[in-house]
Amino acid sequence: MPFLNIESFAKKQVAGVQDYSLLAGRAVANLFTAPRYWSEIWSQMDSIGVGSMPIVILTGFFTGCVLALQSATALKEFGAVNKTGGLVALSMVKELGPVLTGLMVSGRNASGMASELGSMKVTEQIDAMRALGTDPIRKLVAPRLFATVFMLFFLTIISDAVGIAGGALVSTTLIGLPWSSYIADSYDKLLYGDVVAGMTKPLFSGFIIATVGCYFGLKTTGGTQGVGKATTEAVVVSSVFIIVVDFLVTRLMIGIFGS
Amino acid sequence: MAKSARPIEDLHPDAPVVDFANVSIGFEGKHVLKDISFRVERGQTMIILGPAGCGKSVLMKLANGLLSPDSGTIKIFGQEISAMDERQMFGLREHIGMVFQESALFDSLSVEDNVAYRLHEEHMPEDEAHTKVVEALKFVELAAAIAKFPSELSGGMRRRVSIARAIITAPDLILYDSPTGGLDPITSTTIVELIVKQRDVSHTTSLLITHRIQDAFTLATHQFNKATGHMEPIPNGGIDDSTRFLILNEGSIVFRGSTQELVRSEDPWIREYLA
Repeated sequence: MPFLNIESFAKKQVAGVQDYSLLAGRAVANLFTAPRYWSEIWSQMDSIGVGSMPIVILTGFFTGCVLALQSATALKEFGAVNKTGGLVALSMVKELGPVLTGLMVSGRNASGMASELGSMKVTEQIDAMRALGTDPIRKLVAPRLFATVFMLFFLTIISDAVGIAGGALVSTTLIGLPWSSYIADSYDKLLYGDVVAGMTKPLFSGFIIATVGCYFGLKTTGGTQGVGKATTEAVVVSSVFIIVVDFLVTRLMIGIFGS
Repeated sequence: MAKSARPIEDLHPDAPVVDFANVSIGFEGKHVLKDISFRVERGQTMIILGPAGCGKSVLMKLANGLLSPDSGTIKIFGQEISAMDERQMFGLREHIGMVFQESALFDSLSVEDNVAYRLHEEHMPEDEAHTKVVEALKFVELAAAIAKFPSELSGGMRRRVSIARAIITAPDLILYDSPTGGLDPITSTTIVELIVKQRDVSHTTSLLITHRIQDAFTLATHQFNKATGHMEPIPNGGIDDSTRFLILNEGSIVFRGSTQELVRSEDPWIREYLA
């Protein structure tokens, strides 16, 4: 493979950021203007939201279980096992629920979007759509963006809930903590700011998953090999973005709510 | 077939349907088309020939505004598309039908939904759209495949569905990008017959890319007989007057003219290419 000189590499990266920004901007703008493809939106909500529920529930549940087990072991040394509920609830709602759900949905759907749109690109279906008078961003990207942001919000709530439930199950059956104590501590520790912070993150993650997945799909070149490359890039870039943006949002929320 | 709502030819009645002037385009520093100029008048069929990789498909995408030239101007129906944005192009594309090299049918849609795609986008009532789809599929002799999906069709059938999708709104210009590419000779002849039928029945202006010289000469020397419903040679060795040829090599035009001018060409490269 030939080496790119620094200037060409920098130009390529800047052009990539510009193309991504234009795509994301146009997708958002298309949500606010007609025509809207409602059937496409419902179909994507079903595929992204309902389709991702099994992995989100499983991930959330076992994360809650492991968290309870690890926390209880550590808290035992300080005689604070009864604080397990609060620790699990705070960890799930503020951090693990939103981030893990974002990463799982990214792995499942950013890859799906990149491969679907990438296949359409290399078989000229995107060009055919344009030739038939349809804006591919309006028809393909905007519905995926809306569906991902909307459904990821609710998937995160489900993940948080089953994570806390998983923690409760482990706490009562393996650790011997009373159910009421676990729930009461969880309820006491969770504050309004924690819930807002946790619920803000999926809005950003959903945006990242849809726009990154569609961006890599629509810029696919090079046949089936290119589709594979686009799929991998979409998952890697969206996962890294989710974690970076999680840090930034967390810092912002600490600035707003103070904890 | 349904006629497009706005008569585009009324806007610039004397202008050529396609007018390329000094068009150049390149990708990643490599010139693909260099200083291309040609015109296609109303009712003409321009056959574009040339070796693989000489820029034929790029030229076709430029004509439909799917690519923008680096320099030069492109006018379609007298309107300069090189200065239009995507939204303005959508209006113009209502009058252009395009058949893609690999058909480019939507995998997730049935044949009926593929052919009716543009009608559905225009929110045409379902019954009316269905009637037009059946009419278009009958034209390409594929009415029995209406409920099938692209994956269930052969290469030739996919190409015919693609033609039905392109002609369903009775466009004023049809762009055929290698419609016989990758097909066996018998299926190719079927596709060429459909193109001749469309040309002689609707007199639509068209640009056609092919790398099969025999297909190009079949188009120039045959006509559609409405009585028999088949293509036949033009009597007395006649040649279709509306057929023009454009030959590209390494991104430049090496020939532009009528069928007679092409067969009489003394250019050694052209003679070797046609041989």
